[in-house]
Amino acid sequence: MKAHVSTTINQEPVEFLCDPAETLLKVLRDNLGMTGTKEGCGSGDCGACSVMLDGELVCACLVLGVEAEGARIETVEGVASADHLHVIQEKFLEHAALQCGICTPGLIVATKALLAENPNPTEADARYYLAGNLCRCTGYDKIIKAVMDAAETMRQGEAHE
Amino acid sequence: MSEARAFKHIGQRTIRPDGFDKVTGKANYGADMSMPGMIWGAILRSPHAHANILSLDTTRAEASSDVLAVATFQDFPSVNDAAAAAGTLKSSLMETAENILAKNKVLYHGQAVAAVAARTEAAATAALALIDVEYEPLTPVLTIDAAIADDAPLLHPTMMTQGLLEPATEPSNIAARMELKKGDIEAGFAEAEVIVERSYNTPTVHQGYIEPHATVVRFDDNGPSTIWCPTQGHFDVRARVAQLLNLELGQLKVVASEIGGGFGGKTTVYLEPVALILSKKSGRPVKMTMTREDVFRASGPASASQSTIKIGAKMDGTITAMQATLHYEAGAFSGSPMGPGCMTVFTPYDVENLYVEGFDVVVNKPKVAAYRAPGAPQSEFAAEMAVNELAAKIGMDPIDLRLKNAAKEGTQTIYGPKLKVVGLEACLEAAKNSDHYRSSLGEHVGRGLAAGFWFNIGGQSSVIINLNPDGTGTILEGSPDIGGSRASMQMMAAEVLGIAPGKLNPIVADTEHVAYNQTTGGSRTTFATGMAVIEAAESVVDQLKSRAAAMWNVTAEQVEYSDGVAANLAGEDRLSLAEICANAEKTGGQISGTANINARGAGPSFAVHICDVKVDPDTGKTDVVRYTAIQDAGKAIHPSYVEGQFQGGAVQGIGWALNEEYVYSAEGVMENAGFLDYRIPLASDLPPIETIIVEVPNSFHPFGVRGVGETGIVPPLAAVGTAVAEAIGMPVTSLPCSPPKVLELLLSKS
Repeated sequence: MKAHVSTTINQEPVEFLCDPAETLLKVLRDNLGMTGTKEGCGSGDCGACSVMLDGELVCACLVLGVEAEGARIETVEGVASADHLHVIQEKFLEHAALQCGICTPGLIVATKALLAENPNPTEADARYYLAGNLCRCTGYDKIIKAVMDAAETMRQGEAHE
Repeated sequence: MSEARAFKHIGQRTIRPDGFDKVTGKANYGADMSMPGMIWGAILRSPHAHANILSLDTTRAEASSDVLAVATFQDFPSVNDAAAAAGTLKSSLMETAENILAKNKVLYHGQAVAAVAARTEAAATAALALIDVEYEPLTPVLTIDAAIADDAPLLHPTMMTQGLLEPATEPSNIAARMELKKGDIEAGFAEAEVIVERSYNTPTVHQGYIEPHATVVRFDDNGPSTIWCPTQGHFDVRARVAQLLNLELGQLKVVASEIGGGFGGKTTVYLEPVALILSKKSGRPVKMTMTREDVFRASGPASASQSTIKIGAKMDGTITAMQATLHYEAGAFSGSPMGPGCMTVFTPYDVENLYVEGFDVVVNKPKVAAYRAPGAPQSEFAAEMAVNELAAKIGMDPIDLRLKNAAKEGTQTIYGPKLKVVGLEACLEAAKNSDHYRSSLGEHVGRGLAAGFWFNIGGQSSVIINLNPDGTGTILEGSPDIGGSRASMQMMAAEVLGIAPGKLNPIVADTEHVAYNQTTGGSRTTFATGMAVIEAAESVVDQLKSRAAAMWNVTAEQVEYSDGVAANLAGEDRLSLAEICANAEKTGGQISGTANINARGAGPSFAVHICDVKVDPDTGKTDVVRYTAIQDAGKAIHPSYVEGQFQGGAVQGIGWALNEEYVYSAEGVMENAGFLDYRIPLASDLPPIETIIVEVPNSFHPFGVRGVGETGIVPPLAAVGTAVAEAIGMPVTSLPCSPPKVLELLLSKS
């Protein structure tokens, strides 16, 4: 028997049916067609499926779909506004912080979580916070530069407001 | 190309055209595709590393109402016993088929044995239990030493070693031997005043692309069947699947999805033919994906190796002889990169007397696939370690030793051609002058330096540039974009056409919308497909000139074109590209340029890496504290993505050197088939990776490009290995330098 789940994804109310054993990742990708969240391992080791669940950074492959009931979920699809990219996304592009791009959605979500918790991270802070997001293409150098630049830009933006 | 050329777009750091989709989650990778009516396939995998299949019974699965189709080896029409008996079957095709679905023997744990399709992924996985297989387990052969032992169990009872001086009389696990030589090796050693000789080994490692293999396939009886998959070469997927399933190329359309990393590992087929069989039988589109565990156990990792290196030299550093014996694990079927390993091992050195012997050895592990400069990291690791030992022995700086013997223009390679202009000496000089090499070392820190070589290839590329009536356009190419190559194509076309790169949209077209393109591999894309883009753009320029001439009633020779504007040499008339396009209807129809080339003259790319490693003397834990990658790019089209290739290669090499390895049980089961236990480098493991782009132009490319994708993984193994050896004051001969192994070395010292 499938479970009926009511939740909020990227500030919109969403209802879905899922098998109780299905992960949130499977639900997002296969039941809801939200394929921006990627699967790299299915075991919580690579971070490609990073999403926010009630303000916490989680791997969607380690959360069951039914756990979304009444929760607030944010995915990569909700990071940009209708008319412009988020600063983090812009900085990833400016710094060439992606090659194949499969880890990028997870890293964007994780970086947003990092900067919400710690708007002024050291490079070491960023490297340890993002240690759960594997990238095999870049060697992380340009990713960390993009994150540090995004942090600075966001701090300046706040200072001007 | 000797004089420096002024570029407008080349060398800028533009925003990649596919970037927006990739930072917003819109880009579609292999597993992101769905089709109406789609069902799911699943694969039954071998629980044994080596066993005969006594019986394979799919009756219960076929009888199940959940199961819509079943596939086994018997479903390959062109590789059946009749074809084999008729002698019309290439052994490589049979091996490809057996690697996709086992025939009568399984040769590694995780090998695919049968497949089913069902309405859901869960139902398909559950239905695998309805397939009955009876195995007769055999002793697994898991190392090169075990495989070449006299009484070794044979993986392939009829396999005879190819390439022996006398034809083989007995079957063995050595698939092939090769020998390369130059000069007189004995005379070279007789001349030497100092000899270094040592054996080294490297483990089985995986490319570690973050996206698992996946495919969606729709069989169509009345038109081409469609295969959607992440691949480095969709034209080669088409060829392979057509061969296996006895189809004409025109019966298949392969669409390359976005690809989530490959590094050589996505140059073959695993799921695609199986999904096509299941789709044909069920009449439904079929989706199949690998789990991460499947990827480790049953895709193609890189060869483990054993190498013995002997170097003879004069006390002044002149190397007089270099000799190598190289063994590469092929996995279950022949075909390790032993050949390129032999060819590359000593190529950074201009030495009179060389001798290299290589062996391709089968073992009960997954069949290896290409991994970034396939074969070179293993052999050059051994050679560079030995060269560094020689430097220490004669008290010479490792850069000076290399400069004294460096390969340069005119150096006769062991594998055939003489080198054209190459940048090894320039890289060594850049290393010597770098801030990193001049910096001092802290406590417990060692420094290693190593050079690296990779050939690079050219090959066939086809490109179409279509201009729109408003002067925007598309670039249709057939090289899957694995790391930002669309940006380079856009920049090269924009440079020729004299317009902003953003006016052109580069598209990786499917097999029906552009002519054949060789696989994205061999660091060929920016070089060869780039050449095709330039040629297609030059054809467009010719047409723009003749169209402008037609509007002005002059000849094309009287028109000059530069910076996106045609000028009438006989007057003051000027027309922009957009204006010529707007009038194309009146001058002969729309404007489009094509190029179909087989590019020659891929310039080799040499690299030199410097690495500082700190070793904790109490635990053996290693930390890379500073790293610099220096490499010849010929001409960097987009410097950020060139640096990215250097950095990515360096870090994969650091992983190979420090942590990564397949750990096997005695039964031949990989015990660390996940990213928790097969530990690729994390952001927190690494320092910034400094880069120096050296540009020694390749005269065969209009802009001077050399491929840069692969060489960067070659030097790190020895750069890291030497740094660890320096830090602990002990020779390092075995990778990875993981904490337990380093601790063992430290303990053996005290």
